[in-house]
Amino acid sequence: METDDYIIKQISVFSENKPGRLAAIAKALQDEKINIFAFSIAEAKGFGVVRLLVDKPEPALKKLADIGFMVSFTDVIAVRMKDEPGGLFDIAKILGESEINIEYSYAYSGKEAAVLILRVDRIKEAIEKMTGRGADLLKAEMFL
Amino acid sequence: MFWDKEMETLGGRALEDLQVKRLRQTIRQAENVPFFKDLLKEKSVSAEDINKIQDVSRLPFTTKKDLQKGYPFGFMAVPKKEIVRIHTTSGTTGKPTVVGYTRNDLDNWSELIARNLTMVGLTDEDTFQNAVNYGLFTGGLGFHYGAEKVGMTVIPSGTGNTKRQIEMIDDFGVTAVHCTPSYAMHLAEVAEEMGTTLDTFKTGLFGAEPWSDNTRRTLEQKLGVTAFDSYGMSEMYGPGAAFECPERNGLHFWHDSFLIEIIDPETEEILGPGECGELVVTPLVKEAMPLIRYRTGDITCILDDECPCGRGPRIARITGRSDDMLVIRGINVFPSQIEHVLRTLPEVGDQFMVYVDRINHLDEMAIDIEIKKEFFSGELKDLERIQKKIIHALRDTLNLRTKVNLVEHESLPRFEGKAKRVVDRRGDVI
Amino acid sequence: MKWDPRIEEMPAEQLAELQYKRMKTLVYRLYSFSDFYHRRMKENRVHPDDIRSLDDVTKLPFMYKSDLRDNYPDKIFTASQDELVRYHVSSGTTGKPTVVGYTQNDLELWTTSLARGLTACGLGRGDVMQVSYGYGLFTGGLGLHYGAERIGATVVPTSVGNTERQIELMQDLRVTAIACTPSYMVHMGEVAEKMGVSIEKDTNLKTAVLGAEPWSEQMRTHIQNEMGIRAYNIFGTSEISGPMFCDCAEQNGIHIWGDMAYTEIIDPETGEQLQPGEKGELVMTILQKEALPMIRYRIGDITSLDTSLCACGRTHPRIDRLQGRVDDMLIIRGINVFPSQVEHALLGIPEVSGHFMIIVDKKGALDEMLVQVEMNPGAFSDKVQDIMEIRTKVSHILRNSLNISVGVELAAPGTLPRFEGKAKRVIDRRLN
Repeated sequence: METDDYIIKQISVFSENKPGRLAAIAKALQDEKINIFAFSIAEAKGFGVVRLLVDKPEPALKKLADIGFMVSFTDVIAVRMKDEPGGLFDIAKILGESEINIEYSYAYSGKEAAVLILRVDRIKEAIEKMTGRGADLLKAEMFL
Repeated sequence: MFWDKEMETLGGRALEDLQVKRLRQTIRQAENVPFFKDLLKEKSVSAEDINKIQDVSRLPFTTKKDLQKGYPFGFMAVPKKEIVRIHTTSGTTGKPTVVGYTRNDLDNWSELIARNLTMVGLTDEDTFQNAVNYGLFTGGLGFHYGAEKVGMTVIPSGTGNTKRQIEMIDDFGVTAVHCTPSYAMHLAEVAEEMGTTLDTFKTGLFGAEPWSDNTRRTLEQKLGVTAFDSYGMSEMYGPGAAFECPERNGLHFWHDSFLIEIIDPETEEILGPGECGELVVTPLVKEAMPLIRYRTGDITCILDDECPCGRGPRIARITGRSDDMLVIRGINVFPSQIEHVLRTLPEVGDQFMVYVDRINHLDEMAIDIEIKKEFFSGELKDLERIQKKIIHALRDTLNLRTKVNLVEHESLPRFEGKAKRVVDRRGDVI
Repeated sequence: MKWDPRIEEMPAEQLAELQYKRMKTLVYRLYSFSDFYHRRMKENRVHPDDIRSLDDVTKLPFMYKSDLRDNYPDKIFTASQDELVRYHVSSGTTGKPTVVGYTQNDLELWTTSLARGLTACGLGRGDVMQVSYGYGLFTGGLGLHYGAERIGATVVPTSVGNTERQIELMQDLRVTAIACTPSYMVHMGEVAEKMGVSIEKDTNLKTAVLGAEPWSEQMRTHIQNEMGIRAYNIFGTSEISGPMFCDCAEQNGIHIWGDMAYTEIIDPETGEQLQPGEKGELVMTILQKEALPMIRYRIGDITSLDTSLCACGRTHPRIDRLQGRVDDMLIIRGINVFPSQVEHALLGIPEVSGHFMIIVDKKGALDEMLVQVEMNPGAFSDKVQDIMEIRTKVSHILRNSLNISVGVELAAPGTLPRFEGKAKRVIDRRLN
């Protein structure tokens, strides 16, 4: 198993906390016919970081950079959860027992399953531990 | 009331003789400093050329930039062991301006402050809260020594912790306070919130930043004090070089210790009484760091009518600056300093804007910064770390807490020609 | 070098005689003019006439920090308003601080004491002393400032903070001596190193006068070796005026000037006086203090007394470096903190509960204090900003009441330990 196969490129966008910024990001992606699987916003004083998982990361990054946004890729992992009670617990338990810290996470509920996106402090170890214990990690190629 | 009636009311021929004598002495003292020695030689002027007070115009000017070049001890005119105190004040770049004092300098300085305090009616019966910064800033220790000389009870409260300050005013029966006028406004508001009327207060000494007569009325009404304006700067010891008397119609300069002139800042031509221009000061009894015709950058004029209190000529309250220096919470800040700090930080992009506002009567400086793209990791916490680093660096050099806003790329104005990166939105004076 | 050899080398018997004379005068004065001491002596059935030798001092009642709190702010003072020239303020055990007033003579004695001490550390006119203690209400800054000024040194009143600038000034102004806390000294060394500056090679620093917090002989050795300087220990609390006594070149105990103070070591439980060499609580009588007199004040620090003659020739008794406290007072970056102060401050904040923990640790060389407190369920918000604002509010209020900045962690309701009986809310992880 190549752990790299499971490292997914999330787009992180620097944005000021003011009206219209998310719309500007969404509009740019729409123009490029890029589909957003999931996103979240992290807030700080006066600014925030918009985090996006998209189907075409490279063109999306380029487009956002071209229109002046400060952007970068961040490595995350995505894992399918059973869409039933205990689904999140199964995953959180693996990381907790391995003393891997979840820096942040967000989720989306797709057609076949709920997907949890995780930013962790030791990503390769997290992938090994999770695949080793049968967690259903999404491959990066799904997002290309 | 007078602390030293003879000196305070000295005028006419007697004052002029004293000034001439002391100016000559100052020139000789200044000749111990290579900078002045060379400069005086270049202008071929010496102490012997001063025969009447008008001869001061033959002397060259000194500027803050000159002092900056002498950092740290280039302007000391006495051996180092004679220096008993060092203060520093804002420089125009990363390094501060260093000011040295001999024991006599400290004595003279506290004498002048004792005159000021006595002039406004304060005595050893008074309890005095000194709510300005201690340490390297001259405001704290300067007034502290003067008030101690008068025998007042000094509470060295420093700045900050406003609720505690108000508790002390009430608990200790404070009668007089010294602080910046904007901090006084803040005290008044917090006192009101706390539901106390500060009954023991009677005298407010306010300085270190320009303030208006409107503010005076508000402060007097809210704090129940009579408010007096104080003027000075570290280069002339510190605060206390000029002060209002109970007439409160201009500030009395202590003419036995300072020779003052008003000039046109552009042409350097000397202006007459009543004409507004830049204040130029030659301290007359300074030992450690004598200065010749120091350009203060402050705009004022010499009032030509006599004050009923009997003391010498006054200057009008300071109305502005001849340069771009800002006074933020009583601290002098040069835009060049801000720029200097930001330029040393690799994360800070080429574009930034500085805004100075007054929020709840307190000055706030906020800086919008575009960080360089290569420093964006995508992580919120890295951004917060950069933000903190910038705040820290600014605080270290400016001694001021600033608010730093990280803004998106290309959102700040670009300048062609001279950039105006500092916008003061506070209006004229408080 | 001695500042006042006549006093500092005074034969022991003569010194004891002087102490007795001053003690007697003090007791008479206070019995006659101080309501507080008159009452206190009456309650303990002791009259000034009962003091016939220094040994009789044990008949006199103790004075406690709580006496200062109960008589806040100035009810114990024995000077009138026109005689008072200064107030300093230090930590109290609850909301109100401890207030100390000074007459001109009080300042004079304090300054003289420091002039003797700084001279004993080898300092004098040629020195440039950076005072990196806090100025203002805290006694450290102005105390050392006046002392250094008295001996004719050049004083650089840097106060605390802005370490990089302090190191730049130390270099640029050719500073030879510094006064600060021992941990700040170590911190400066570390910051200097990061800046590429060696205190030993790149500065003129040769003397440090360190105090306001307990430190060890090992730390002294470390500082002296690392920085190529001599490090002296200074002691004092605001109640006795401020930092007042320090060790001499022998570095073998802190000289307590016997003409100014009468020192006892007692068993904190029984109040019995202990012998020289025995460890116990430090109790001091300041013999000529005017504004806030102190008879047998329970300082609360643990140390021992050494009455033998010091090799430096000074005849005055010495105390060992401080070994701890008899109460739960913490010293954080030189500032005294009582857990009861924290409790008192938190009780005034509706967003948090009274369940809290104090965790003290070292971050690098500096003390760090963290307060964990449970949020009240009603204060919860789903906006991170709101919760951060509560945290900011708590840390602001704590900083205002403790005079130091502390970290704050908000904990979920019911997650912090509960105590039955005496609460142990302090976890001190610093190595002593």
